[in-house]
Amino acid sequence: MFKRDSEDCPLSQEVTPPPPAVTEAERDELRRQGILLTSLQELYTWGNSHSVWPLNFGLACCAIEMIAASMAKFDIARFGSEVFRPSPRQADLLIVSGTVTKKMAPQVIRLWNQMPEPKYCIAMGACAISGGPFKQGYNVLKGIDRFIPVDIYIPGCPPRPEALLHGLVQLQKKIQGFKLTGPDAPRHLRDDQPCNCPVPEFGEHDLEPPANPEVWTAPPAIVRKD
Amino acid sequence: MSVSDLSALNAQRATPGARVREVHDSFHGDLLEVSMGPHHPSTHGVFRMIVTLDGETIVKLKPVFGYLHRNHEKLGETVTYLGSMPYTDRLDYLSSMTNNWAYALAVEKLAGQAVPERAEYVRVILAELTRLLNHTCLAGFLMQDCGCSGTPLMYAFREREYILDLFESLSGSRMMCNYQRFGGCRVDPSADWLAGAQKLTDRYGTFLDEFETLLTGNEIIMARTQGVGKLSPELAISAGVTGPMLRATGVNYDLRKVDAYGVYPRFDFRVPLGDHGDVYDRYMIRVLEMRESIKILQQALAGLPAGPIMDPKAKLRSFRPKAGEAYGRIEGPKGEIGFYLLSDGSPNPYRYRIRPPSFINLTVLEDMCLGHTVADAVIILGSVDIVLGEVDR
Repeated sequence: MFKRDSEDCPLSQEVTPPPPAVTEAERDELRRQGILLTSLQELYTWGNSHSVWPLNFGLACCAIEMIAASMAKFDIARFGSEVFRPSPRQADLLIVSGTVTKKMAPQVIRLWNQMPEPKYCIAMGACAISGGPFKQGYNVLKGIDRFIPVDIYIPGCPPRPEALLHGLVQLQKKIQGFKLTGPDAPRHLRDDQPCNCPVPEFGEHDLEPPANPEVWTAPPAIVRKD
Repeated sequence: MSVSDLSALNAQRATPGARVREVHDSFHGDLLEVSMGPHHPSTHGVFRMIVTLDGETIVKLKPVFGYLHRNHEKLGETVTYLGSMPYTDRLDYLSSMTNNWAYALAVEKLAGQAVPERAEYVRVILAELTRLLNHTCLAGFLMQDCGCSGTPLMYAFREREYILDLFESLSGSRMMCNYQRFGGCRVDPSADWLAGAQKLTDRYGTFLDEFETLLTGNEIIMARTQGVGKLSPELAISAGVTGPMLRATGVNYDLRKVDAYGVYPRFDFRVPLGDHGDVYDRYMIRVLEMRESIKILQQALAGLPAGPIMDPKAKLRSFRPKAGEAYGRIEGPKGEIGFYLLSDGSPNPYRYRIRPPSFINLTVLEDMCLGHTVADAVIILGSVDIVLGEVDR
């Protein structure tokens, strides 16, 4: 239904949604009477947001807290994400849980490309966001958002499992806000945005290219006014 | 790669245990090379094995490291002595307390720093709690690798949370404790905390009974792990293997007895030894070590003296030990964790070297895996107890 890369896909065209025929107050009143009114968009995002299956992929210390989040005390199953899939072909969510080194970065991006749309990315912990405590290291990537689009950033070293659950809930809220049509539609429903990211190579001194300009631009340099 | 390469492979190997079966019939055709990892759920992180298979039998295994090389040693040379302490947490991220202790011990040796008796006792308590945590998690992960998906790991992580609650209330952080200091510990454990530790220690034996009822005598687990991944004591010694892996082969070598560091000579405990050196023995050694850890914890909690937790003369800021070198090592949950420091009198170490137990234990992986199937390689790797933060550093 939501096929990409086809020229006559109606969902990818920009359609102005008609004004709602029923107001929010009327819907609430109907809900109290036992009648549920919904739209395809709400149904789609509701189902999508509550069945986010993460990829069973641990990188470093944060992976232990990711496992802890799926275990007895925290129980990620309450939010519909208990199915950790070992294969990227079956996963919706890439949790980058730990330091990404320059040797590992091409594999992480390849995994991201292997995941089918719709797919989301959580950068878990300081290392995945910016390199964290190891930022000065010669072999450490300074943030996975240089190569793949990140939806949610979870700070911490490592973040507590509660923080991961909070990040997951934030992701669900983000998914529930998606529009199926129009210019605000998410990446997988549009033709003008790429789903795949170019995989860098492990070059002589650094990754080549060192960043993906489509998802990341260098922040402006801070210049002191003397 | 063809079968004819097998005899060349065998010729390269001097040790008798490391030979592989040679077959010369039409059924066994070419060998197959499979890359396991770095993204593989059973490699405990980002470890990669290039496995050469004859049918389903492993004839060659080449480990590939470095996917988590985070420049620990180089960063250790650029930050101060105290600044390296939080980095040691992230080496073996399941047992940060013992990493802290080994590093603190190395610096204390370098600077000639004394440690108060109460701090030594607290260190023993925390190290043994870490050992309980690590071994419980390892047993859970090993069973997960065997295919008992869920239950043992759930139980292990339930107990881990109780220990982490203790660590958190003491140090402020669940995993990255950053608790030990040169010349003592950062904060004094309160009476409430000690009561909590006592309660956990009293209760842990019951949990182990429950855990062992589930696993130790289980026929499926025995059939799956006994006789798999045998390691001979000669090879283990010559490869520098330490910790539960070495003791599972029957070699009596425990730094708590050999080095007698800290206040360990005051406690009455035994060193469990294995017979066969297979995966089952490695699992059993860990369970028995947990029982001994509970004994040590009981004695340490009962004998905890009053007094300062830090040496009042200890210097943390602008700490400059005089030129020299020191090697501090302790018996971590995975083996001998050691730190070698070379000082030139500046605030940073001139050379900072880590001896990671799980990296050196991993060097015998190929010898243990040869002749077994891929599914066995997974549980052999699980029984080595690796943490990639420490292997790649």
